[in-house]
Amino acid sequence: MEKKLILRGLLAGAVGGLLSFVFARIFAEPQIQAAIDYEGARDAAQEALSTAAHAHEGHEVFSRTLQGNAGIGVALILFGMAMGALFAIVYSLCLGRVGRIQPRNLSLLVAGAGFVGLYLVPFVKYPANPPAVGHEDSIRDRTDLYLLMVLASVVLLVLAVVLGQRLQARFGNWTATILAGTAYLVAVGVVMALLPQFGHLAVNEASYGSHASETPLPLTDSDGNIVFPGFPADLLFDFRLNSVAAQLIMWAAIGVVFAPMADRLLSPRTAKIPADPITA
Amino acid sequence: MSSTTPSGSIPAAAATPVVVPLSRAGLLLFGTALLAMLVYYFIGVDQGAYSIFGADTHIHEFVHDGRHFLGFPCH
Repeated sequence: MEKKLILRGLLAGAVGGLLSFVFARIFAEPQIQAAIDYEGARDAAQEALSTAAHAHEGHEVFSRTLQGNAGIGVALILFGMAMGALFAIVYSLCLGRVGRIQPRNLSLLVAGAGFVGLYLVPFVKYPANPPAVGHEDSIRDRTDLYLLMVLASVVLLVLAVVLGQRLQARFGNWTATILAGTAYLVAVGVVMALLPQFGHLAVNEASYGSHASETPLPLTDSDGNIVFPGFPADLLFDFRLNSVAAQLIMWAAIGVVFAPMADRLLSPRTAKIPADPITA
Repeated sequence: MSSTTPSGSIPAAAATPVVVPLSRAGLLLFGTALLAMLVYYFIGVDQGAYSIFGADTHIHEFVHDGRHFLGFPCH
């Protein structure tokens, strides 16, 4: 049974990854290219100013065409399959251990937990950034902090579910769910408040001064005149909104595609259609 | 977590029984989770902050756009 569930999770994840790739190819790639163009023009302006040159090496291993089509496609589909596998594992473990939730509803709930726990909560603290936003020297710190945020979010979400199950006996489903959800929000809020913002990392404060984020500010010459604009705010917002939308599409697809397959697998006797694996 | 459902009094028609007991499926689930996290690592992290294959950047460059878009920190 667990093999069948994992295979179906992989399939649902591949569908989710494929859909988010189609979305990304249409809506995100133009923004990624615009960000890379901004970075190139800014580097040129910086070099013209001949201040401490931070030349972003044009080490082209793969062309932009390859990165923007095959690269992002492979990345999103493989990522979707990995998330589908994790989803199926959690789903399998939840079966029979979460009360009277039906197989299809459980599929949506686990997918929702994946979206919120693995992506959305970490995003709120450390949002997705397009190319050109992010200093090279801080990559180690930023990665460590991001993964720590993901880990904290997932662990706290599991603890919140366990807490909800404990409270259920005394308060009933409705109140227990609200209490556990609130506890989760408060706990991740505390973690977010304790972790530093990227702009305040020691390596960044030393080179760029005290700012909340790494988003490029306007370039100025020695007289303080702006010679190159800061990173476009609209572009940053659109990229982040699309990043959330793509993950929402991926997780929603995982939950929705997996649900009927699990339902058929787990309750063959109650299924309305007799054994017919081809029915959509 | 125990392998039996804690709420045995729930109506049998509505409850889903434990389908995947940990004793039997633990290894498969663990192995799959490990593989999935390895994929997560290679798409999101490798050849950026950490690198398994030294200074090589092929994986990083190939999945570059996806890495940004999935929310991972990148250069």
